[in-house]
Amino acid sequence: MRIDSPAKLAELASEWKMAKPADAAEILVCGGPGCLASGAGDVESAFQEALKNNGGKSALVKMTGCQGLCQAGTLVATHPDGTLYRKVKAGDAAEIVAAATGSRGPVERLLCKDEKTGEKASDPSKLPFYAAQKKFVLRNLGRIDPLDVRDAVVAGAYEGLAKVLSGMTPDDVLDEIEASGLRGRGGAGFPAGRKWRSCRDAGVTPRYVICNADEGDPGAFMDRALCEGDPHAVIEGMLVCGYAVGSSEGYVYVREEYPLAVERLGRAIEQARELGLVGEHVMGTDFSFDIRISRGGGAFVCGESSALMRSVAGEVGEPRAKYIRSVVRGLFDKPTVLNNVETFANVGPILVGGASAFRAMGTEKSPGTKVFSLVGAVRNTGLVEVEMGTALRRIIFEAGGGLIKDRPFKAVQTGGPSGGCLPESRLDLPVDFDSLTEAGSMMGSGGMIVMDERTCMVDVARYFTRFLVEESCGKCVPCREGVQQLYFLLQDICDGLGKEGDLEKIERLAEYIRESSLCQLGVSAPNPVLSTLRYFRGEYEAHIRDKRCPAGVCKNLTTFAIDAETCNLCGACQKACAAGAVTGDKETGFEIVAETCTRCGACRTVCPTDAIRVVP
Amino acid sequence: MEIDLAPLDGIVEGREGRPEFLIEALQDVQREYHFLPREALERVCKELGVPLSKGYAAATFYAAFSLTPKGRNIVRLCKGTACHVRGAETLQEEITEAIGLGPGETSEDLSYTFETVNCLGACAMAPVVVVNGAYHGGVRPGRVKNLLKDE
Repeated sequence: MRIDSPAKLAELASEWKMAKPADAAEILVCGGPGCLASGAGDVESAFQEALKNNGGKSALVKMTGCQGLCQAGTLVATHPDGTLYRKVKAGDAAEIVAAATGSRGPVERLLCKDEKTGEKASDPSKLPFYAAQKKFVLRNLGRIDPLDVRDAVVAGAYEGLAKVLSGMTPDDVLDEIEASGLRGRGGAGFPAGRKWRSCRDAGVTPRYVICNADEGDPGAFMDRALCEGDPHAVIEGMLVCGYAVGSSEGYVYVREEYPLAVERLGRAIEQARELGLVGEHVMGTDFSFDIRISRGGGAFVCGESSALMRSVAGEVGEPRAKYIRSVVRGLFDKPTVLNNVETFANVGPILVGGASAFRAMGTEKSPGTKVFSLVGAVRNTGLVEVEMGTALRRIIFEAGGGLIKDRPFKAVQTGGPSGGCLPESRLDLPVDFDSLTEAGSMMGSGGMIVMDERTCMVDVARYFTRFLVEESCGKCVPCREGVQQLYFLLQDICDGLGKEGDLEKIERLAEYIRESSLCQLGVSAPNPVLSTLRYFRGEYEAHIRDKRCPAGVCKNLTTFAIDAETCNLCGACQKACAAGAVTGDKETGFEIVAETCTRCGACRTVCPTDAIRVVP
Repeated sequence: MEIDLAPLDGIVEGREGRPEFLIEALQDVQREYHFLPREALERVCKELGVPLSKGYAAATFYAAFSLTPKGRNIVRLCKGTACHVRGAETLQEEITEAIGLGPGETSEDLSYTFETVNCLGACAMAPVVVVNGAYHGGVRPGRVKNLLKDE
């Protein structure tokens, strides 16, 4: 079957929709990154098995992309009743099947609950985690089967493309995207419409469209979730871009560490090609566009545009000076549009709903929504999408449900190794490109890591700097040598060898690196150090002057002790201690022998009552 | 070590004289042999028309490639930010303790390889250890030995 005209898409969509009775039971098993890690594959097979013995009552079992609340995986949603179940194991399948097909009420013990109030809710929209969100990019994620193009089309995939090919000129599309104010979701927030127009106006052909799915930021999985859960949204965005800029060839650059994303994108492209949505004469028109997958080799610097393009061309991913922009000379030295996964996934619905509807969401300068991977020390870890301009506090304390064990909030890290850490005093900051940059962090692609009092800010700075030392391509000296020296200084401070004057030295060095590096990796490399210095200088000083790590992370500067009053004598610390440094028993109480203790913190992680304290 | 070079025919096929396919071809070699044998690297470079020095540059630049053989069991520890703040550092020490290998090392009898990864994108499950492709999320201190024992 081929879609031979833009109008045919809607016909097929309604035909496929009719093929399924409206009240048919559906069981959606989450196959997102988190749930797969907690055994979603087995859960899905258990459902298939359970349906065979369900007294003839049938239901459709689908494995979907990420349903969001990864913390509670494996998630299972049943429709049309809309119930969401948490922490589902294979053994629960029969009960849920019976509930979904009307033989019994909902399975109470597996219902999601509000982590703060403990109240159970069968309707996920009543949970703060979902109520605080606005789904736009993630509209179909967790609802459709990513391996079935029909399911995607019924849910509205390629509608934007059909609208474009039904009579919009490339200029109309550029105007619409520009009017929407869509900014690139990869980090810097460059206006997508302007980028597209510059590429089209570069004159030279052929032109290329590249989707950056490299997602090298540690602590981020938005793009992985999108590619795995709704690949057609990404493909549609690339097709529209190709039409607007006059390109017939696109590449998706996906990292090798995401094998499932590579596989599902590949399957999606094949299915779209069979339907006539990708390839020669898209939807029967004169527009042709093909998409290839290029697998990244695992290099953080390949998130930088010129390095990424070299990597797609089969070379070592070293950036070049960008006095000529890649929209003019990019891949194979031809004009190239490079946007990330989330940016492309915005395109289809913008065209369907119109630019003004898009502008109605978010802030004036940052319209629309943003997807974050909310992780770290929060109760609800997972994938969230909120309107731009939402306060950090709302994301962390409403959607995130606050910190685990209600420990005091310390910092939130955004923007990956190029971003920074923001303290409590910045929690009311609206999340948009400009506010975050002003505060010394950056939006980045959307990793949001929440940290409590057990995270040492000097160690975090050291961690990111080390990451950047390893990932620096080595082409320019300030980045290769400067960041390395920055790391040595931080390592010394963490080891208790910090000296007076080190902080000033760090600040000077950071300034040189920022001023003189070749690409953004180097320019932004000092951000983690500078932002932590700006907001947590006292913690650095405690390391240098008092030889003390208040968070209890830096081993040479930490001593642990058990607080007898808080201790419930469970003995978990003793079991967890590999060094045998916890003495005593349940009768006499436990103690940590400082001489034997390796300061690994294992006892502290397992202690249920937070009785392991950092002294003094 | 004897290496069966027959799979290389399929890998270079259609890519002759096309240097832009270097990374892809090397990825296929890596997938086939779990490392880049010198003979394979030479053959790929020759067929694609890439100087061996450039092939070597790519092989050492990207984290996905290894010039030495990998062990039969592969233990991967995620060191992404979320895993770091939830105790990946401690797990690294425990893994080293358990199998006697530091990050990036392979045991002499090729039974184990221990790798650390920048981020596996399973951040909500942090800290994550992957043993032979099976993900283990929320790994608590002391549990590493059990994970490895199952293999």
